[in-house]
Amino acid sequence: MKTFCSVWLLLSLVELSPAPPASQEPPLACTGAPDPAPPQPETAEDMASTGDLEPTHYPARRAAQVALHYLNTHHGSPFRVFGLQQVHKASAEDVAAGGRKYKLDFSVTDWGSGSATMNKSSEEFFSNTTDVLNIAGPALRCSADVLFPRTERHSAPEVQLHCEALHQINSTAQEEDAFYQKYISPDSAVSARDIPDSFGNVSEEMQPFWRLARVAASFIMLRESSENTEFNMAKVASVTQQESSGEQLMLEFVVLLHDLPSQVTHKHTHRLWTLMDTEAVCVLTVCVCSAGDRSVEAAGVLVSRQRRQGPADRVAAQMPSRHQTPKLTL
Amino acid sequence: MRVYLAVFALLAAVHCKELFNGDQVLRIHVESEDHIQALKELEEDVDSGLDFWTHGFSTERPIDIRVPHSSLSAVKDFLKKNNVPFNVMINNVQELLDREKSEMVSNAKMERSTKSFNFAAYHDLETIYSFMDTLVASHPNLITKVHIGNSYENRPMYALKFSTGGVNRPAIWVDAGIHSREWVTQASAVWIANKIASNYGVDPSVTSLLGQMDIYLMIVTNPDGYVFTHTNNRMWRKTRSVKSGSSCRGVDPNRNWDAGFGGPGASKDPCSDSYHGPYAHSEVEVKNVVDLIMGHGNFKSFISVHSYSQLLMYPYGYTCTDIPDMSELHSVGTAAIKELTSLYNTRYQVGSICKIIYQASGGSIDWTYDIGIKYSFAFELRDTGFYGFLLPANQIIPTAEETWLGLKYIMEYVRNHPY
Repeated sequence: MKTFCSVWLLLSLVELSPAPPASQEPPLACTGAPDPAPPQPETAEDMASTGDLEPTHYPARRAAQVALHYLNTHHGSPFRVFGLQQVHKASAEDVAAGGRKYKLDFSVTDWGSGSATMNKSSEEFFSNTTDVLNIAGPALRCSADVLFPRTERHSAPEVQLHCEALHQINSTAQEEDAFYQKYISPDSAVSARDIPDSFGNVSEEMQPFWRLARVAASFIMLRESSENTEFNMAKVASVTQQESSGEQLMLEFVVLLHDLPSQVTHKHTHRLWTLMDTEAVCVLTVCVCSAGDRSVEAAGVLVSRQRRQGPADRVAAQMPSRHQTPKLTL
Repeated sequence: MRVYLAVFALLAAVHCKELFNGDQVLRIHVESEDHIQALKELEEDVDSGLDFWTHGFSTERPIDIRVPHSSLSAVKDFLKKNNVPFNVMINNVQELLDREKSEMVSNAKMERSTKSFNFAAYHDLETIYSFMDTLVASHPNLITKVHIGNSYENRPMYALKFSTGGVNRPAIWVDAGIHSREWVTQASAVWIANKIASNYGVDPSVTSLLGQMDIYLMIVTNPDGYVFTHTNNRMWRKTRSVKSGSSCRGVDPNRNWDAGFGGPGASKDPCSDSYHGPYAHSEVEVKNVVDLIMGHGNFKSFISVHSYSQLLMYPYGYTCTDIPDMSELHSVGTAAIKELTSLYNTRYQVGSICKIIYQASGGSIDWTYDIGIKYSFAFELRDTGFYGFLLPANQIIPTAEETWLGLKYIMEYVRNHPY
């Protein structure tokens, strides 16, 4: 029996063409290595406290967001996106190799459970709900180690993450299967812009695409994060379905990422491929294009995911070593 | 008397349109017993149809009489003959009634339109400005529109002043929309303006607050940016000023204040979203507010409303050093968000800007705190990043409602702690 695996994804970064609308954000050039985060001078006001951190202050929160991005790259789907609910405890220490390691105890909620909840009318939604953040399911308790390396050029943070009861949250396999079946049909040609629109609207049909974009964006946000950044996906500028080959559902997303400290909104383009896999093992692959080259080059596997039906609560999070996969041209 | 006339107007409208045409109201100044006698004579003459508005004659106060048109010359002659001084108070009663009636009709219309204003939607600048006019017109004794100056592109900047009188009473300032893409802030401020207006006279706390203090509410603090988010770029944050030598426009108006200006957390790149500008208060939008605050001289609280992140913050942003009043402001903030959270369980955090969100120099509440406005706060409204700036309209009213509770707590605290 084929099980839908929404999780076999290929993501690529392509160089952004200077396209309208007139936005001041300079296009993020695609280089062989990730761009360094905007340089922040070390100031006398360095928040570099070692030891226990105030959970409501930004150093703990930023580290927790990084862990969230990691969680979403592993467990996100068109029907599941996690958001930070609260940081309970946090501490930080410098590590011998250079860098700072954060230890975090925090709770997350599933922003994506129940697509219908995204557009509930204000009365029915807010009069009964006691927790407005509960757009989704109950809170999950997580613990994470987040290491921000201190290297000359930016390198991605490293995350080890454990969330309780992850396997207990309702499986979204059925919805994912239905989603896949709907859009893999040969005459499917999804194309949409501005999700949400200026007024915050997301149509019911677009909600899974929004979440998928958010998951894809999590790869980039994870990679680009440092102690000086705090990323969110501001919106999906566009989603365009590419011609599928065989079992591959191919989508191209252009997303806008917002960084809180600099307040800059960055644009990124992703290409996503989903594959049906008979063994139901899903792999997410991020492809990074080579410098100045508009062709897509698969640069490696960032993470392996367990099969969706099986126990997935323990995600032993190593950043896997990069290995070369064949060049894909579009 | 207004009520009296109003009742008349209604009756007139119902029964006969021209009941009082040409009638006059004469004010009689009684100075002697003889005058009183004369008036008593007039009173006894029922055929003249005189309508005494004042009863009981004395030299202590004037006596008002509505005289039908047909009796006017006779009555005036009588009064002159008896040397009773009088003057014409109302030249044509019907005219006055007509005017009042049309005023009432238009007031009712305006009240209907603030009642029918869709608070659960995002509106463009023109609509918000028109709402402000409607609100002012339907609460003329409470609200005035203060034109504090113009924006870079020459749009008027208006603050709504809620005041029950006095001269330069201690005041509270609230601004929204200084960053134009934070749409839930302008929308919430519209709702809050309406809430204050309708709560006055009804809610004891608001009524008592306005009995002692004034509230200045600036709904759209960056009108050029706001228009730009509608016409061109929904994610625009800054002003729209032109900088010579750069193709990039705009300055971050919340990095442009004279508090640690140019320090960390602000960019010197004109193309950056957090560009601080060429010098402090270079932006006319900022300068206009600065001038008003300085000119007024009696503000006791300054509250700036932003989105998103669900935070309530106090100074400083430009440095992580604690302010002297940190413990008081922290406890006010904590109590305020307790009120806010009580409505829909929306989670907020409290802390100084520098510690809770990021170090940022040139911010408004740092400047206001440093010039002595102790109760300086900044809100970051919903949400925490799910929709971010693109908060759906169905969350406007819940956001405004809960924010109002937090804001009200702060205002009450300020009222109760004069300094």
